[in-house]
Amino acid sequence: MARGTIAIDENRCKGCELCTTVCPKDLIHMATYFSARGYRPATLVDPNGQCTGCLLCATICPDVAITVYRETKPAARQAVPA
Amino acid sequence: MIHRLIAETIDELGIREKTIGVAPVGCAVFIYNYFDIDFAEAAHGRAPAMATGLKRTLPDRVVFTYQGDGDLAAIGTAEIIHAAARGENITVIFVNNAIYGMTGGQMAPTTLPGMKTTSSPTGRDVELQGWPIRMSEILAQMPGASYVVRRSVHDPGNINKTKKAVKAAFNVQLNQAGFAMVEILSSCPTNWGVSATDALKFVKEQMLPYYPLGDYKVADAVKNLVV
Repeated sequence: MARGTIAIDENRCKGCELCTTVCPKDLIHMATYFSARGYRPATLVDPNGQCTGCLLCATICPDVAITVYRETKPAARQAVPA
Repeated sequence: MIHRLIAETIDELGIREKTIGVAPVGCAVFIYNYFDIDFAEAAHGRAPAMATGLKRTLPDRVVFTYQGDGDLAAIGTAEIIHAAARGENITVIFVNNAIYGMTGGQMAPTTLPGMKTTSSPTGRDVELQGWPIRMSEILAQMPGASYVVRRSVHDPGNINKTKKAVKAAFNVQLNQAGFAMVEILSSCPTNWGVSATDALKFVKEQMLPYYPLGDYKVADAVKNLVV
Protein backbone atom coordinates (compact mmCIF):
# COMPACT_ATOMS: atom_id res chain seq x y z
CA MET A 1 0.00 0.00 0.00
CA ALA A 2 2.44 2.55 -1.17
CA ARG A 3 1.15 6.00 -0.48
CA GLY A 4 4.01 7.88 -2.00
CA THR A 5 7.32 7.58 -3.74
CA ILE A 6 10.18 9.78 -4.82
CA ALA A 7 12.23 10.18 -7.95
CA ILE A 8 15.84 11.30 -7.56
CA ASP A 9 17.44 13.09 -10.48
CA GLU A 10 20.90 11.53 -10.59
CA ASN A 11 22.20 14.34 -12.76
CA ARG A 12 21.46 16.84 -10.00
CA CYS A 13 22.35 14.75 -6.93
CA LYS A 14 25.83 15.52 -5.59
CA GLY A 15 25.78 12.81 -2.95
CA CYS A 16 25.67 15.05 0.12
CA GLU A 17 23.64 12.41 2.00
CA LEU A 18 21.40 14.96 3.74
CA CYS A 19 18.22 13.21 2.56
CA THR A 20 19.40 9.94 4.11
CA THR A 21 19.50 11.61 7.53
CA VAL A 22 15.95 12.96 7.49
CA CYS A 23 13.90 10.06 6.06
CA PRO A 24 11.70 8.93 8.97
CA LYS A 25 11.51 5.40 7.54
CA ASP A 26 15.22 5.24 6.60
CA LEU A 27 14.40 4.39 2.99
CA ILE A 28 17.06 6.49 1.25
CA HIS A 29 20.56 5.07 0.85
CA MET A 30 23.59 5.94 -1.19
CA ALA A 31 24.09 3.96 -4.38
CA THR A 32 27.16 1.77 -4.80
CA TYR A 33 27.73 3.00 -8.36
CA PHE A 34 28.80 6.40 -9.65
CA SER A 35 26.52 8.70 -11.59
CA ALA A 36 27.59 10.33 -14.84
CA ARG A 37 28.63 13.35 -12.77
CA GLY A 38 30.94 11.22 -10.66
CA TYR A 39 28.99 11.12 -7.39
CA ARG A 40 27.34 8.24 -5.62
CA PRO A 41 23.72 9.33 -5.88
CA ALA A 42 21.03 8.78 -3.27
CA THR A 43 18.52 6.07 -4.13
CA LEU A 44 15.17 5.05 -2.75
CA VAL A 45 15.19 1.51 -1.31
CA ASP A 46 11.55 0.81 -0.60
CA PRO A 47 10.66 -2.83 -1.32
CA ASN A 48 7.68 -2.76 1.06
CA GLY A 49 6.17 0.51 -0.17
CA GLN A 50 6.68 2.37 3.11
CA CYS A 51 7.26 5.82 1.57
CA THR A 52 4.49 8.20 2.56
CA GLY A 53 5.57 11.13 0.41
CA CYS A 54 6.19 13.24 3.52
CA LEU A 55 8.42 15.75 1.65
CA LEU A 56 11.19 15.85 4.27
CA CYS A 57 13.85 14.63 1.83
CA ALA A 58 12.76 17.05 -0.87
CA THR A 59 12.72 19.90 1.66
CA ILE A 60 16.31 19.40 2.79
CA CYS A 61 17.75 18.58 -0.67
CA PRO A 62 20.00 21.55 -1.55
CA ASP A 63 19.94 20.71 -5.26
CA VAL A 64 16.21 20.24 -5.83
CA ALA A 65 16.99 16.72 -7.07
CA ILE A 66 14.03 14.97 -5.44
CA THR A 67 10.50 14.90 -6.84
CA VAL A 68 7.83 13.56 -4.52
CA TYR A 69 4.76 11.72 -5.74
CA ARG A 70 1.72 10.89 -3.64
CA GLU A 71 -1.08 8.51 -4.49
CA THR A 72 -4.43 10.19 -4.66
CA LYS A 73 -7.12 8.57 -2.57
CA PRO A 74 -9.63 6.42 -4.44
CA ALA A 75 -12.80 8.39 -5.15
CA ALA A 76 -14.89 6.13 -2.90
CA ARG A 77 -12.76 6.97 0.12
CA GLN A 78 -12.95 10.70 -0.32
CA ALA A 79 -15.27 12.58 1.94
CA VAL A 80 -18.57 13.22 0.24
CA PRO A 81 -19.61 16.84 0.56
CA ALA A 82 -22.83 17.23 2.49
CA MET B 1 18.49 25.72 0.08
CA ILE B 2 18.19 29.43 0.76
CA HIS B 3 18.27 30.29 -2.96
CA ARG B 4 15.37 27.92 -3.40
CA LEU B 5 13.35 29.44 -0.55
CA ILE B 6 13.71 32.89 -2.10
CA ALA B 7 12.85 31.61 -5.58
CA GLU B 8 9.75 29.83 -4.28
CA THR B 9 8.69 32.95 -2.39
CA ILE B 10 9.09 35.17 -5.47
CA ASP B 11 6.96 32.81 -7.54
CA GLU B 12 4.33 32.36 -4.83
CA LEU B 13 3.96 36.12 -4.53
CA GLY B 14 3.90 36.44 -8.32
CA ILE B 15 6.54 39.19 -8.35
CA ARG B 16 9.11 37.67 -10.72
CA GLU B 17 8.75 40.46 -13.28
CA LYS B 18 9.19 43.29 -10.80
CA THR B 19 11.83 41.98 -8.45
CA ILE B 20 15.40 43.25 -8.49
CA GLY B 21 17.99 41.36 -6.51
CA VAL B 22 21.26 42.82 -5.35
CA ALA B 23 24.08 40.30 -5.40
CA PRO B 24 26.85 40.52 -2.81
CA VAL B 25 30.51 39.70 -3.00
CA GLY B 26 31.01 36.30 -1.44
CA CYS B 27 29.86 32.76 -2.08
CA ALA B 28 26.58 34.05 -3.49
CA VAL B 29 28.31 36.34 -5.97
CA PHE B 30 26.98 34.31 -8.90
CA ILE B 31 23.40 34.38 -7.60
CA TYR B 32 22.33 36.24 -10.75
CA ASN B 33 23.05 33.11 -12.77
CA TYR B 34 20.51 31.11 -10.81
CA PHE B 35 17.50 33.44 -10.81
CA ASP B 36 15.45 34.47 -13.81
CA ILE B 37 14.97 38.02 -12.49
CA ASP B 38 16.83 41.32 -12.71
CA PHE B 39 20.01 41.56 -10.66
CA ALA B 40 22.62 44.14 -9.85
CA GLU B 41 26.05 43.30 -8.51
CA ALA B 42 27.18 45.47 -5.63
CA ALA B 43 30.67 46.25 -4.43
CA HIS B 44 31.71 44.24 -1.38
CA GLY B 45 29.34 45.02 1.49
CA ARG B 46 27.55 47.81 -0.36
CA ALA B 47 24.43 45.85 -1.32
CA PRO B 48 22.13 47.74 1.10
CA ALA B 49 23.35 51.07 -0.30
CA MET B 50 22.74 49.92 -3.87
CA ALA B 51 19.33 48.51 -2.90
CA THR B 52 18.48 51.86 -1.31
CA GLY B 53 19.19 53.63 -4.58
CA LEU B 54 17.24 51.10 -6.64
CA LYS B 55 14.24 51.19 -4.33
CA ARG B 56 14.17 54.99 -4.14
CA THR B 57 14.35 55.44 -7.90
CA LEU B 58 12.04 52.51 -8.72
CA PRO B 59 9.65 52.40 -5.76
CA ASP B 60 7.25 50.00 -7.49
CA ARG B 61 9.90 47.27 -7.66
CA VAL B 62 10.68 44.71 -5.01
CA VAL B 63 14.35 45.02 -4.07
CA PHE B 64 16.18 42.47 -1.99
CA THR B 65 19.81 41.87 -1.10
CA TYR B 66 21.41 38.50 -0.46
CA GLN B 67 24.47 38.84 1.70
CA GLY B 68 26.83 36.60 3.58
CA ASP B 69 28.40 37.25 6.93
CA GLY B 70 31.71 38.34 5.43
CA ASP B 71 29.80 40.88 3.35
CA LEU B 72 27.15 42.13 5.76
CA ALA B 73 28.87 41.76 9.14
CA ALA B 74 32.40 42.80 8.15
CA ILE B 75 33.03 45.22 5.31
CA GLY B 76 29.36 46.12 4.99
CA THR B 77 28.50 46.73 8.65
CA ALA B 78 28.12 50.48 8.16
CA GLU B 79 25.84 50.12 5.14
CA ILE B 80 23.47 47.66 6.76
CA ILE B 81 23.22 49.60 10.02
CA HIS B 82 22.46 52.86 8.24
CA ALA B 83 20.00 51.23 5.86
CA ALA B 84 18.16 49.87 8.90
CA ALA B 85 18.41 53.19 10.72
CA ARG B 86 16.85 54.97 7.74
CA GLY B 87 14.13 52.34 7.61
CA GLU B 88 14.71 51.70 3.93
CA ASN B 89 11.90 49.69 2.42
CA ILE B 90 14.10 46.79 1.33
CA THR B 91 14.40 43.10 2.17
CA VAL B 92 17.74 41.70 3.31
CA ILE B 93 18.55 38.01 3.35
CA PHE B 94 21.60 37.53 5.57
CA VAL B 95 23.27 34.14 5.33
CA ASN B 96 25.46 33.47 8.35
CA ASN B 97 27.79 30.50 8.08
CA ALA B 98 30.46 31.81 10.48
CA ILE B 99 33.25 31.84 7.92
CA TYR B 100 34.51 33.54 4.77
CA GLY B 101 33.60 31.00 2.12
CA MET B 102 34.58 32.37 -1.26
CA THR B 103 38.07 33.49 -0.28
CA GLY B 104 39.04 30.17 1.28
CA GLY B 105 37.68 29.82 4.78
CA GLN B 106 39.18 32.70 6.74
CA MET B 107 37.88 33.91 10.08
CA ALA B 108 34.80 36.11 9.80
CA PRO B 109 33.36 38.48 12.43
CA THR B 110 30.77 35.76 13.05
CA THR B 111 33.27 32.94 13.58
CA LEU B 112 32.57 31.21 16.88
CA PRO B 113 35.08 31.41 19.77
CA GLY B 114 37.61 28.60 19.43
CA MET B 115 36.55 27.78 15.88
CA LYS B 116 39.41 26.85 13.57
CA THR B 117 39.68 28.63 10.23
CA THR B 118 42.54 29.12 7.78
CA SER B 119 43.39 32.46 9.40
CA SER B 120 42.85 31.23 12.97
CA PRO B 121 44.41 27.78 12.78
CA THR B 122 44.46 27.35 16.54
CA GLY B 123 40.90 28.53 16.96
CA ARG B 124 39.46 32.02 17.37
CA ASP B 125 41.00 33.63 20.44
CA VAL B 126 38.49 36.17 21.76
CA GLU B 127 41.21 37.96 23.75
CA LEU B 128 43.04 38.71 20.55
CA GLN B 129 40.34 38.74 17.87
CA GLY B 130 37.22 39.79 19.72
CA TRP B 131 33.83 38.22 20.06
CA PRO B 132 31.52 37.19 17.23
CA ILE B 133 28.96 39.81 16.22
CA ARG B 134 25.26 39.08 16.56
CA MET B 135 23.83 41.20 13.76
CA SER B 136 20.14 40.50 14.32
CA GLU B 137 20.33 41.72 17.90
CA ILE B 138 22.14 44.88 16.78
CA LEU B 139 19.72 45.72 13.98
CA ALA B 140 16.69 45.01 16.16
CA GLN B 141 17.69 48.10 18.17
CA MET B 142 17.16 50.33 15.13
CA PRO B 143 13.90 52.24 15.26
CA GLY B 144 13.73 52.08 11.45
CA ALA B 145 13.79 48.28 11.29
CA SER B 146 10.39 46.61 11.08
CA TYR B 147 11.14 42.92 10.86
CA VAL B 148 14.34 41.30 12.11
CA VAL B 149 14.40 37.57 12.76
CA ARG B 150 16.93 34.74 12.90
CA ARG B 151 16.21 31.35 11.39
CA SER B 152 18.20 28.25 10.49
CA VAL B 153 18.15 25.62 7.74
CA HIS B 154 19.59 22.65 9.62
CA ASP B 155 16.48 20.45 9.44
CA PRO B 156 13.24 20.31 7.42
CA GLY B 157 11.16 21.86 10.22
CA ASN B 158 13.45 24.87 10.45
CA ILE B 159 13.61 25.14 6.66
CA ASN B 160 9.83 25.53 6.61
CA LYS B 161 10.01 28.18 9.33
CA THR B 162 12.69 29.99 7.35
CA LYS B 163 10.48 29.92 4.28
CA LYS B 164 7.69 31.62 6.23
CA ALA B 165 10.09 34.27 7.49
CA VAL B 166 11.43 34.97 3.98
CA LYS B 167 7.89 35.33 2.71
CA ALA B 168 7.03 37.65 5.59
CA ALA B 169 10.10 39.77 4.84
CA PHE B 170 8.98 40.21 1.22
CA ASN B 171 5.43 40.97 2.36
CA VAL B 172 6.76 43.69 4.66
CA GLN B 173 8.28 45.39 1.66
CA LEU B 174 5.19 44.90 -0.53
CA ASN B 175 3.19 46.69 2.18
CA GLN B 176 5.71 49.58 2.35
CA ALA B 177 6.33 48.69 5.97
CA GLY B 178 10.07 49.35 6.13
CA PHE B 179 13.29 47.46 6.62
CA ALA B 180 13.11 43.67 6.89
CA MET B 181 15.98 41.27 7.48
CA VAL B 182 16.06 37.51 7.85
CA GLU B 183 19.32 36.14 9.24
CA ILE B 184 19.69 32.49 8.26
CA LEU B 185 22.21 30.19 9.92
CA SER B 186 23.74 28.07 7.21
CA SER B 187 26.53 25.59 6.81
CA CYS B 188 29.78 25.60 4.87
CA PRO B 189 30.93 21.95 4.72
CA THR B 190 33.77 22.79 2.33
CA ASN B 191 35.53 25.34 4.49
CA TRP B 192 34.59 23.84 7.82
CA GLY B 193 36.24 20.68 6.50
CA VAL B 194 33.39 18.36 7.43
CA SER B 195 30.73 16.36 5.60
CA ALA B 196 27.40 17.94 4.74
CA THR B 197 25.61 15.96 7.43
CA ASP B 198 28.21 16.86 10.10
CA ALA B 199 27.98 20.50 9.02
CA LEU B 200 24.27 20.61 9.80
CA LYS B 201 25.04 18.96 13.13
CA PHE B 202 27.57 21.72 13.80
CA VAL B 203 24.95 24.38 13.06
CA LYS B 204 22.59 22.76 15.51
CA GLU B 205 25.04 22.00 18.30
CA GLN B 206 27.57 24.85 18.09
CA MET B 207 25.94 27.77 16.32
CA LEU B 208 22.45 27.71 17.80
CA PRO B 209 23.66 28.31 21.39
CA TYR B 210 25.56 31.45 20.34
CA TYR B 211 23.04 32.60 17.73
CA PRO B 212 19.63 31.81 19.24
CA LEU B 213 16.77 31.62 16.77
CA GLY B 214 13.84 33.91 17.23
CA ASP B 215 12.00 37.07 16.30
CA TYR B 216 14.16 39.98 17.40
CA LYS B 217 11.88 42.68 16.17
CA VAL B 218 8.41 42.48 14.71
CA ALA B 219 6.99 46.00 14.65
CA ASP B 220 3.30 46.38 15.43
CA ALA B 221 2.68 47.58 11.88
CA VAL B 222 3.88 44.29 10.37
CA LYS B 223 2.46 41.82 12.90
CA ASN B 224 -0.50 41.03 10.65
CA LEU B 225 1.87 40.19 7.77
CA VAL B 226 3.65 37.47 9.70
CA VAL B 227 2.05 34.06 9.49
